[in-house]
Amino acid sequence: MLKTKVGRRLFVGDWRKEAALVLTSPANQQLSFKGSLNMRMKFLALAAVALLAACESTPNDAANGANTGAQQTSVRPGSAEDFVVNVGDRVFFGLDRFDLSPEARATLDRQAKWLQTYGSVTVTVEGHADERGTREYNLALGERRANSVKNYLAAKGIPAARVNVVSYGKERPAVVGSNEAAWSQNRRAVTVVN
Amino acid sequence: MTTKTRLLLKLAGATGALLLSLGVAAPQEARAELRIDITRGVSEPLPIAITSFAGAGGRDAQLGADISKVISADLERSGLFKPLDPRGFLQTPEQLRSGEPRYQDWKALGAQALVAGNTTTGGDGRMKVDFRLWDVAAGQYMQGLSYSASPQEWRRIAHIVADAIYKRLTGEDGYFDTRIVYVAESGPANARKKQLAIMDQDSANHQFLTDGQTLVLTPRFSPTSQEITYMSYFNKKPRVYLFNIDTGRQEVLGDFPGMTFAPRFSPDGNKVIMSMAQNGNTDIYTLDLRTRRQTQLTDAPGIDTGPSYSPDGQKIVFESDRGGTQQLYVMGADGSGVKRLTFGEGRYGTPVWSPRGDLIAFTRQRGSSFAIGVIRPDGTGERILTEAFHVEGPTWAPNGRVLMFFKDLPTGDGRGRNANLYSIDITGANERRVSTPVGASDPAWSPLIP
Repeated sequence: MLKTKVGRRLFVGDWRKEAALVLTSPANQQLSFKGSLNMRMKFLALAAVALLAACESTPNDAANGANTGAQQTSVRPGSAEDFVVNVGDRVFFGLDRFDLSPEARATLDRQAKWLQTYGSVTVTVEGHADERGTREYNLALGERRANSVKNYLAAKGIPAARVNVVSYGKERPAVVGSNEAAWSQNRRAVTVVN
Repeated sequence: MTTKTRLLLKLAGATGALLLSLGVAAPQEARAELRIDITRGVSEPLPIAITSFAGAGGRDAQLGADISKVISADLERSGLFKPLDPRGFLQTPEQLRSGEPRYQDWKALGAQALVAGNTTTGGDGRMKVDFRLWDVAAGQYMQGLSYSASPQEWRRIAHIVADAIYKRLTGEDGYFDTRIVYVAESGPANARKKQLAIMDQDSANHQFLTDGQTLVLTPRFSPTSQEITYMSYFNKKPRVYLFNIDTGRQEVLGDFPGMTFAPRFSPDGNKVIMSMAQNGNTDIYTLDLRTRRQTQLTDAPGIDTGPSYSPDGQKIVFESDRGGTQQLYVMGADGSGVKRLTFGEGRYGTPVWSPRGDLIAFTRQRGSSFAIGVIRPDGTGERILTEAFHVEGPTWAPNGRVLMFFKDLPTGDGRGRNANLYSIDITGANERRVSTPVGASDPAWSPLIP
């Protein structure tokens, strides 16, 4: 059982396992992970906790990187955990947009640098949309966003063959909720180390 | 005058094909017709007395009673009929079997139409169901039909009888002998389990078609076969698939380098039209199911998706953001002559051409407000039928008079969402929840079962 102090409720899920990984927030403000976790789930959970702890209302790409502090001690350089915690795995987009903000480009610069350091690693960029759009349009929009990331990484010298893209449209929100705080975190592209 | 026709019924999930013999006893046409004008919207539903189809006793009595209940429920749900409480009926089913109705008794109850029927099981184990329909006010017999089938098919027979009554009294084809395929949703909103599921249009005979291990979206019925096209994330590769309802066999459609999605059949069932997204650009393609040839129909930069054929197969409506925002466009079946259809405020998506050809249903979004609407194929007559945050994904009943869609509403605690199916008349009247065992989205209505 992994426990960490965070003053915020959130849900984290991993579609790869088709299993719900639910964070509950009881009165003592402790979050507990229910169910058995494999390593990848831990990484995702850590990243999400770090991310949400860092930004209360709007996502901040820069905060999703090296400054998260606490849980870095046992991270193996070049690992998926290293990428999530020390580089930052996701960038965010404006409503119905797929262009990259300066913050997003800064995150992707770090991703490109990391991918150049670890030249054998391949990644999948997952594109997502918020719930305010029809299902099929959002699938196309998620693909556009994932490709924005792939193209940027390519311009920074990462071969296209190392970067796979997939769109989940609005099917896999990072944060559940029908408000701008949730939507802004769901309009995202997440780079996942394969 | 009596004509006899025979229909071959192919039923999925049942014991294979069965032969349904349909004896049609067509009466002489009445003059001052009892008729519901269904183009008017919310008129008063027609009071109709539907007596038990009870047979001579035992199993036939139970079957007959159940059949009348299914007929009543079908007609009631349409919003056009008001079945009367059988406890007030003065004439018994036996009396109606042997003679004329006592029209005065039925008039006194307020009935405008009267239905009586009978269920018998023959020596061969087959069930025979017949019914008669009378115009109470005019004191006239209107129609009588007789069906025989395996007793397991009693619900289908009831739906077929309801369709016949609906057609006789509205002049429009019925839609009760149909099924719905949809996406069953369970689990938390950020890791939703989604399964293909199928049921009769009245929610009976529900079954799951996939196990939920793989994310599946947007199933659509073949107009001609027991097949569904849908999108699946099998092996994390989102592609359009074909699902055979009889065998459970699933097959990826085409060999596309990018994600394929938004599939629909052509009206002749020979093609699937869909979108492919690659390098940030989404275009529309067809796959010929016989030759397996892939044809690209659009090449505008941007998102072209949601294609749907006109019922004659000559045109395609689709959504595109080529003009800056998501709007509906119509083009020829070969991709030529693209014309913009919607110019309203907001974004338009999920166009679906009515099986009658007269309307195109869509989802419209303005800010955070979603609506289901219809528009004529020439771009005139846009009407909104229902609005909520949020509604999405209309599908047509085969007679083009009723739409089904889903509503995805925030849960009470604001931390999740619940999706459910609803149906609505194209006049905007009679919006109703469609019952499903778990959450439900992406409904698709089957054609009338052949």
